[in-house]
Amino acid sequence: MRAFAERHPYWSAVILIVAAVLLWMIFALWPEWLTDLIGRKKIFLNAVFNGITLGGLYFLVASGFTLIFGLMRNVNLAHGSLYLLGGYFGYLIADWTGYWLLAFPASFILVAALGVLLQVFVFRRMEGQDLRQTLVTIGISIVMADLMLWIWGGDFYNINAPSWLNGPMQTFFVTGVKRSSGELIFLKYPMVRVVIFAASVVVGVGMWLLLNRTRIGMLIRAGVDDRDMLSATGARIQLVFVGVFAFGAGLAGMAGVVGGTFQSVAPGEDVRFLLASLVVVIVGGMGSIPGAALGALIIGLAEQIGSVYFPTYAVVLTFLIMVLVLAFRPQGLLGRG
Amino acid sequence: MALVEQRVEPSERPTWFERIPASWWIVGVILLIMPTFASDFVLFQIFGWTFILGIIALSLMLLAGYGGMVSLVQMTVAGCAGYMVAIFGVSAITGISQGWPWYVSIPLALIIAVLFGTISGWLAVRTEGIYTIMITLAIASAFFYFTRQNYVIFNGFSGFNGVLPPRLFGVDWRGPIAFYYLTLFWAVVCYLVVLYLSRAPFGLALQGVRDNQRRMAALGFNVTAHRVAAYAFAALLAGMGGILLTWQSAQISPGTAGIGPAIDILVVAVIGGLRRPIGPFIGAFIYVLLKTFAIDVLVALGLGGERFQLLIGLGFLVIVLWSPDGILGLWDRWRESRGRDPLLDPRGGPMDDRTGDRRGDRRVDSR
Repeated sequence: MRAFAERHPYWSAVILIVAAVLLWMIFALWPEWLTDLIGRKKIFLNAVFNGITLGGLYFLVASGFTLIFGLMRNVNLAHGSLYLLGGYFGYLIADWTGYWLLAFPASFILVAALGVLLQVFVFRRMEGQDLRQTLVTIGISIVMADLMLWIWGGDFYNINAPSWLNGPMQTFFVTGVKRSSGELIFLKYPMVRVVIFAASVVVGVGMWLLLNRTRIGMLIRAGVDDRDMLSATGARIQLVFVGVFAFGAGLAGMAGVVGGTFQSVAPGEDVRFLLASLVVVIVGGMGSIPGAALGALIIGLAEQIGSVYFPTYAVVLTFLIMVLVLAFRPQGLLGRG
Repeated sequence: MALVEQRVEPSERPTWFERIPASWWIVGVILLIMPTFASDFVLFQIFGWTFILGIIALSLMLLAGYGGMVSLVQMTVAGCAGYMVAIFGVSAITGISQGWPWYVSIPLALIIAVLFGTISGWLAVRTEGIYTIMITLAIASAFFYFTRQNYVIFNGFSGFNGVLPPRLFGVDWRGPIAFYYLTLFWAVVCYLVVLYLSRAPFGLALQGVRDNQRRMAALGFNVTAHRVAAYAFAALLAGMGGILLTWQSAQISPGTAGIGPAIDILVVAVIGGLRRPIGPFIGAFIYVLLKTFAIDVLVALGLGGERFQLLIGLGFLVIVLWSPDGILGLWDRWRESRGRDPLLDPRGGPMDDRTGDRRGDRRVDSR
């Protein structure tokens, strides 16, 4: 952080100012002119919160993607399909057992098992040919998309959160003052989204701890840096590969349950989330978990704020960010050059 | 001394006419006389579409086969050219279309398509290898969403209809026979140009960049410029394909250049084979046949016609898993195994490196 500030004083100043303005806009009571300019604070706060929680979901999907890419150089273009499959599994399990919480581990395990099968029977056979692996993942995603369309049809499925998570939650963010009594009005926000965002933060911190504080994490980091050297030291790299692929796939499956609760499970979501994780990973930096978190936050915020303030081009905004990052920092914001 | 004696006199050397294999003559003659026996549907729908898809996939083959850059943006470039023809030329959406004559609108459309392709290429070559797929996929989807949302220029979800080819020399170029010859002509032109390019200094340098970019840079070649130039040229091909595609269906909409079609172009090129320029056309022919008749076959098998995508995906998977060079790779392998004397060289031969992994892949990985 300090090194960055010393090297890029102007950029750090810009970032600081932007962060300060954002914080002020979130916490302060808005003066009249600002409300006249861009609308009510409630709308803005909702957009920011939706953006942050959507960023949490994007992080869940993209972190598995970036982990797999970083270690195995495998651009898994079937990642979106794994996400969607997880969503369908989650719906079935939540519907069948009636326990929403059970859908997460079950979906994780089922999709992770599929990931193990893919890694062992498909990707291991063509190790080192990354282009061919990528083409295979495209084929798998086409086949899986059609199979899922066959089984579940084109309907929208919605995974229902349990009753204790339903309804809004009082937050401590002020949106305005009541004209009559002068009381402060606080923002109400859906409980589910807050809980899920907290869960994704927990997952992110857990992954960071796993990668930086454990022996397995050490193996994975060493593999990201130089997998040939790692296998030469006697580490059982194939096991690490299988484990990481399963973990990444499982995360995508679990994110599918989250997405099914947030929004819905339907055909076409696979491509949407594949694209989202591509953009997140390109913006944040390939193979970097903190990069995925930062990228997910930026893209989620851009998408939601964009859809409120200039709805026509909200989707294009995210790609514009990607193009800008590529033009000035091709390795991604936190990627290593 | 022996060398001097054996030198062939120029007059004894086979002329270019004789050097073309007999099978090519047969294919050429069949393609030329096709309209005498084929139905309008076959001419317009099957062959017209095959040639168009072939041209667009050829632009991908040029990038992937010679340049080692798998770009998913080619269909988008084609769509861009199609849109530009609709916007500058004549269409049923008179509020937006400028109605300029074809000799203005077509070159303008191609120029804009080349610009678009060059800019995408410039972005894509800033990163390497498999990143290219991701970035071009992202650009393709950005274009798709942009055209779907923009109503001022691109007319949003519905796009443009009534985009017809100009009536040149009093011929209705959308008539089955005229359109067949039109697409055949441009397919042959593009094919020959790519064939020429692959042996020209630029093409050789491009292949050198694919195999080892460091060495080429050390030799004084500007690696980035070669790659971007390849994108620009591929964009010209894709743009031509896009204009023909727009004329064939007489309309262009965001779905024409969506994510699905972009991946279909990759499927076409890979099924045919990325090694030689004829591959994309073979792949396009198979794809069009499948797309047209798979429904009947699937219904006959009792599966329901909508499982077409599954069939294409499985076919693609089988090809990628077992023959990375597509149908052409299978053909090469078959010819090699037939022409080989099992006693003289038990495995492999001079053609061995043709059937192995694609060289570009290995290079990317040995970084």
